Amino acid sequence: MTDFVHSTPGGDSAREDLQRPSALRQWMSYMRRDKKALFGLIVLGVLIFSAVFAHWLSPYDPNAMDFSMMLKPSLQHPLGTDDLGRDLLSRLLHGTQISLFVGISTVILGMSAGVTLGVVAGYFGKWVDTIIMRYVDLQWAFPNFIIAVYLVAVFGTGLANVIIAISLAYIDDFARVARGMVLTIKQEQYIAAAHTLGASDNRVMWRHILPNAMAPIIVQATVSVSYAILAEAGLSFLGLGVGSDTPTWGLILADSRSFISRAWWLGVFPGLFIMITVLSINFLGDALRDMLDVREVTDAH
Amino acid sequence: MTALTEIMPRSDAASDCLMEVRDLALHFPVQGGTLFKHTVGQVKAVDGVSFSIRKGEVLGLVGESGCGKTTIARAILKLVRPTSGQILFDGMDLWQQDRAQQFAYRRRVQAVFQDPFSSLNPRMKVGSTVGEPFRIHMPSMKSAEINGEVRRLLDICGLPARMAERYPHEMSGGQRQRVGIARALALNAEMIVCDEAVSALDVSIQAQVINLLMDLKDEFNLTYLFIGHDLSVVKHLCDRVAVMYLGNVVEMADSETLFDEPLHPYTIALLSAVPVPDPVSEASRPHVILTGEIPSPVNPPNGCVFHPRCPRMSDACTRMRPLLLEELPGHHAACIHIERLAAQFTRPGQHSIPKIPDIPTSN
Repeated sequence: MTDFVHSTPGGDSAREDLQRPSALRQWMSYMRRDKKALFGLIVLGVLIFSAVFAHWLSPYDPNAMDFSMMLKPSLQHPLGTDDLGRDLLSRLLHGTQISLFVGISTVILGMSAGVTLGVVAGYFGKWVDTIIMRYVDLQWAFPNFIIAVYLVAVFGTGLANVIIAISLAYIDDFARVARGMVLTIKQEQYIAAAHTLGASDNRVMWRHILPNAMAPIIVQATVSVSYAILAEAGLSFLGLGVGSDTPTWGLILADSRSFISRAWWLGVFPGLFIMITVLSINFLGDALRDMLDVREVTDAH
Repeated sequence: MTALTEIMPRSDAASDCLMEVRDLALHFPVQGGTLFKHTVGQVKAVDGVSFSIRKGEVLGLVGESGCGKTTIARAILKLVRPTSGQILFDGMDLWQQDRAQQFAYRRRVQAVFQDPFSSLNPRMKVGSTVGEPFRIHMPSMKSAEINGEVRRLLDICGLPARMAERYPHEMSGGQRQRVGIARALALNAEMIVCDEAVSALDVSIQAQVINLLMDLKDEFNLTYLFIGHDLSVVKHLCDRVAVMYLGNVVEMADSETLFDEPLHPYTIALLSAVPVPDPVSEASRPHVILTGEIPSPVNPPNGCVFHPRCPRMSDACTRMRPLLLEELPGHHAACIHIERLAAQFTRPGQHSIPKIPDIPTSN
């Protein structure tokens, strides 16, 4: 079989022994180099841990009221108490559950819908593109938060409705990013090669185009997680959030505004939680984008 | 439109004709307007091209950039729909196929693309790329069987089996092109369209890939449509050669004949532009230097498209579009001044046409 092969390709001996490290190793070596990503990973890990174990970690019941109202941070109440005497740390820890869940689930939903629309629009073009993109333009004309407020006002408050509202509001961002990438990628020769092989439209879209379009979508997703957490906080602030009996970061922040001159800790700590979470997700998103780029991972060595 | 009987040699009508391109035209609209888009013109990328490919032969398609070579390849691969004309494969019109027939056609005609850097999906390992034809066409095949086939194909193309675990960016250009060839071979294609398949490679790698292509042709009884602009490569590889200029085939003949005794003034100019690696004969041989630029295919010249640059241009050339006629047995040319040209350029003993050097083919 091989007797008519005259030679192995020349000049490549340097690359012959290339050994790609395992995915975990790549991840670890990347984290060692990128301190910001490491910070993001640790913070997010701590947050997820505290969200999962909030019930056991919290020193008090988050909704237990007490006469010790608006106490300064102390050893009994590390972050102080609010106007009803509830322990702020316990409320923030329980709020982590809602905030992280809302942030991540809205982005997953919004990204799935938006990316699907964008890829279909960009791939098929013509009237499919026109219809989808005119809708996206329409949504683009309104700020995401206004759309979320409107949708919650229509559907009513509650965790599920807040998640649906925020994720619908993000569809246009993802659709736009995805479509732009598809328009570039579908001109590539490997797409022509896939068509030549008889690959179906679905195969070309999801196996060939989408994996190559992921980098900017990932960036968009991490930015959106941050905005979704802020949007949930905003909705809670306006009284359109998950519900007044559930502690969320946004609600705690909203409640603090009447007492900001007397109890600074009520505003500062929820704000800090939101800020650190958003920051660490952004750091992690940057790292994720770099790592998903197969070219950069191996070339960086 | 041109009469087909005249431009098709009779022997091609026989059963050994694998693909027949009849009067193929591809015009792309040029859109204009700031607010409302409308068509302001047409790029006549391919404008009335006819040729046929016999079973087991290598047909070369040469010409400058932008002359429509790649567009023809894209039409043959059913990546674009022609404006008019037909492409018959094994007697069946490509645009009369139903889905099942088209799917079958995809198995029988494969392609090797120009750019080994962009013709492989950067996110797919080589093994997945080469195995993909099986996943598409033989969904019942198990992964282990596919991996076996992938190893076999890589071996045929001179790549070690461990390359299956590589990503394209971890390979050299020549290795990537071998992967592209392995992918094209996967489904036992009968015909392979090589669109500038070696143009992007270093000369030494070019020779290896060309040798591989020729070995595979013998081994698997392949038919090639080889598109290129490197005349020495085309001469080495092709049985017959068609020369294109601005969307038209201007000359078509057996490789030997075309390179030794070209008839069309464009072919003559093209061949004289090939450098000869001998300073003495390079300095002494006549050069035909074309003046002017290649005209825009949006607004091609009337009559013969070559007339603005043609040293033989006469009044008739500006009015009449020459047909691709069989001037000598098996030798087609589209020029109304063939006799005069033939007398001047192909008289025995007068070697005004440079010999194209063979490329090194050390095995």
